[in-house]
Amino acid sequence: MSDQIRLKKGLDLPIAGAALCEVTARVTPDLVAVKPTDFRGLVPRLLVKEGDAVQAGTPLFADKKNPAMVFCSPVSGTVDAVVRGDKRKLLEVRVKADGKGAAVKTDVPDVSSLDKKAMTDLLLQAGLWPCLKQRPFGTIADPEADPKAIFISGMNTAPLGADPEFTLKDDVADIQAGINALGRLTRGGVHFSLCAGKSSKSVFHKLSGVVFHEFAGPHPAGNVGVQINHINPINKGEVVWTVDLHLVAVIGRFVRKGVYDTRRLIAVAGPAAVNPSYVEVPAGVCMKELAKYFGEGDVRVVSGDVLSGEAIGREGFLGFYHNQVSVLKEGHYFEMFGWANPVRSKKFSFSHAYPAFLCSKKKYEMDTNENGGERPFLMNDVYGKVLPMDIYPVQLFKACLAGDLDKMEQLGIYEVIEEDVALCEYVCPSKIEIQNIIRSGIDLMLKEM
Amino acid sequence: MALRNTVDKIKPTFDEGGKLGWLHSTFDAFETFLFVPDRVTRKGGTHVKDAVDLKRLLIIVVLAMVPALLFGIWNLGYQHSVVFGLGWGFWQMVWYGFVKIIPLYLVSYIVGLGIEFASAQMKGHEVSEGYLVSGFLIPLIVPVDVPWWMLAIAVAFAVIIGKEVFGGTGMNIWNPALLARAFLFFSYPSKMSGDAVWVGGLSKALAGGTPWKGGEVVDALSGATPLSHASLDGLSAAGTSVWNLFLGNIPGAVGETSVIAILIGALILVCTGVGSWKIMCSSVLGALFVGWLGTMGGVTDIPCWEQLLMGGFAFGTVFMATDPVTSAQTETGKWIYGFLIGALCITVRLFNPGYPEGMMLAILLMNTFAPLIDHYVVNANINRRLKRAKTV
Repeated sequence: MSDQIRLKKGLDLPIAGAALCEVTARVTPDLVAVKPTDFRGLVPRLLVKEGDAVQAGTPLFADKKNPAMVFCSPVSGTVDAVVRGDKRKLLEVRVKADGKGAAVKTDVPDVSSLDKKAMTDLLLQAGLWPCLKQRPFGTIADPEADPKAIFISGMNTAPLGADPEFTLKDDVADIQAGINALGRLTRGGVHFSLCAGKSSKSVFHKLSGVVFHEFAGPHPAGNVGVQINHINPINKGEVVWTVDLHLVAVIGRFVRKGVYDTRRLIAVAGPAAVNPSYVEVPAGVCMKELAKYFGEGDVRVVSGDVLSGEAIGREGFLGFYHNQVSVLKEGHYFEMFGWANPVRSKKFSFSHAYPAFLCSKKKYEMDTNENGGERPFLMNDVYGKVLPMDIYPVQLFKACLAGDLDKMEQLGIYEVIEEDVALCEYVCPSKIEIQNIIRSGIDLMLKEM
Repeated sequence: MALRNTVDKIKPTFDEGGKLGWLHSTFDAFETFLFVPDRVTRKGGTHVKDAVDLKRLLIIVVLAMVPALLFGIWNLGYQHSVVFGLGWGFWQMVWYGFVKIIPLYLVSYIVGLGIEFASAQMKGHEVSEGYLVSGFLIPLIVPVDVPWWMLAIAVAFAVIIGKEVFGGTGMNIWNPALLARAFLFFSYPSKMSGDAVWVGGLSKALAGGTPWKGGEVVDALSGATPLSHASLDGLSAAGTSVWNLFLGNIPGAVGETSVIAILIGALILVCTGVGSWKIMCSSVLGALFVGWLGTMGGVTDIPCWEQLLMGGFAFGTVFMATDPVTSAQTETGKWIYGFLIGALCITVRLFNPGYPEGMMLAILLMNTFAPLIDHYVVNANINRRLKRAKTV
């Protein structure tokens, strides 16, 4: 039924605290926020002011370059605060929920009758267009672009990631509707990847209108960027779009019911999480609502996974694209002769320099300690072991550091975003901030192009 | 912990603005040696990090060299005892070797680390651990009787010209330890070659005309390395069996003689993944290939596999060709790089009887060409990408 792609390189991080497959809360939040910073390269223009009444689906701000692209409130209530940072940069638009659940209602026509333009306008107007990301570079999809194809990853290999087979098992009809809608946007088809070996048992295997692919292997096999690289790699001048599976369900819900409903099941997990499990929340939910999962002490609350997520703090807000909250202990401690300890059984290492690789089943209580000081690039062969793409990582990183646009292009900057090289950063013995290097490279490309 | 408290107490003195703020890098180096720092992962990066750091990897390299060092210490005493007919016991031999090697280590580390610390201090960087390995290597590959001041100059040359001018650890083109040896070799050839330099005390005895105990029986030939003999007369004329070569109880540089000790080191490096098995394998293949060509072509009578046991080949292959900074960086490149090292080393041995040890220059030459090899390997990747774009 589909091609199988087996990836050998990578690493399934053995981190403790995986979420149990049960839903322990359905949160109706008091406070949510929409963060322009969740969207790469976005310059927002505010459409509301403090005190305005909004409904779920009311635009809060728009893209300055393309006013038709709006970003909506996920709940009904009043605009509580507009938070700005340095140089008045818009950071958050907070909405205090009234709990009434009033929503903007749209009459959605039969999507199979729509052409690309009409479908695009529909999603733009509904505030759902930002669900679509574009490769290269991971920006919001350009509505004018003609994507080669649309890719959806139906598997999640990220550490402690929410399992779509569980979180979306009741949303298959929504996902089907979402795929039907996305299919109107490209002539190249919608590609959907599943975990090899389990695909026939998957709740998604009966979806229609998609091209199935099967992937096997450790993380980052579930990353859509890695999958694109093996299915149909991006060349210079080409554009593909990607959508997170849980956002496909959001699009589908809109298509079926005409409302902006971003509720999703998120995994609250991690070594420092109390009762790690699944919780139903809308986009942008305030972490205060989840306080009982974080426990006491010096913990870091991460929106997203521990490799590429964003630290948001106990009072921060869930990212637009995220369906996971990771909780870690902060690693503010000294470890005497830690590097010389022959065993160091409490720490995991991908390298064979510690005996950790001998016990493959063990899970580790990881924390945020860096486990060493920053050094120059030295062990140049470790990165390739966790990057299952035809790319020379060190050469690409160095091109980014040097700001050499030609070299970056030649070495494959179009094919990666930060999350794809996150494992390279994890295993780096020199503790180099590789995701930041790639980020600065991408930002430079965006600026110069 | 008492030690931690002490460190915390004196720390402010070394912070910026403190009385000894200019020694910040030095303090940091010692502090991080004692304690893995309490620093946590930063914004925009991974929130957890692997337990491994450079200290760990480099200490493994040092550990891997320890068997060769221990054997070398004993062998120094043994060779001295044999040549001078002293009939020493085991501990006397070990003591002699120990006394001989300690000053070399002191010179190597004091000069090398001194420069590293000073340059880190000047740049305001953290001190990199790279020299721990280079400093450990150098005494293992130089003649044991090398004057200390020469060694000091060689180390200073290797660290400053070979490494710091390129930007420090991780940026150098040539292996610093080999550079130190090459410096000695070309600057002070009389101390670096010839038959006598590889046995402790021998060159001094020859020069001073000191009468040896039982001197007339054990003639100077005992001091010659089998390699220089083999290159002229074949192995049996050197009076050394294959077993001796393998075990290493022959004259030679401290760390280089014992293939068995080096193999233990190789095992450690390969099992921990710190040293590239690809480079080691391909270097052996390259040596076997040229050695075989040599016997086929009638250039030499030495079977190709015996070449692997002689001279600095094994040591160079395991500990110096695999240096992650100066070797080829791409996986394909490593095969080419290693193969050429082995091949070049044996080529030098076969065709240059005046200078029979080719390993040092083979590695340095391939260090020089490693970026070129990588360039072509990476270009192949770039071309694949371009071709893919055209065919679509």
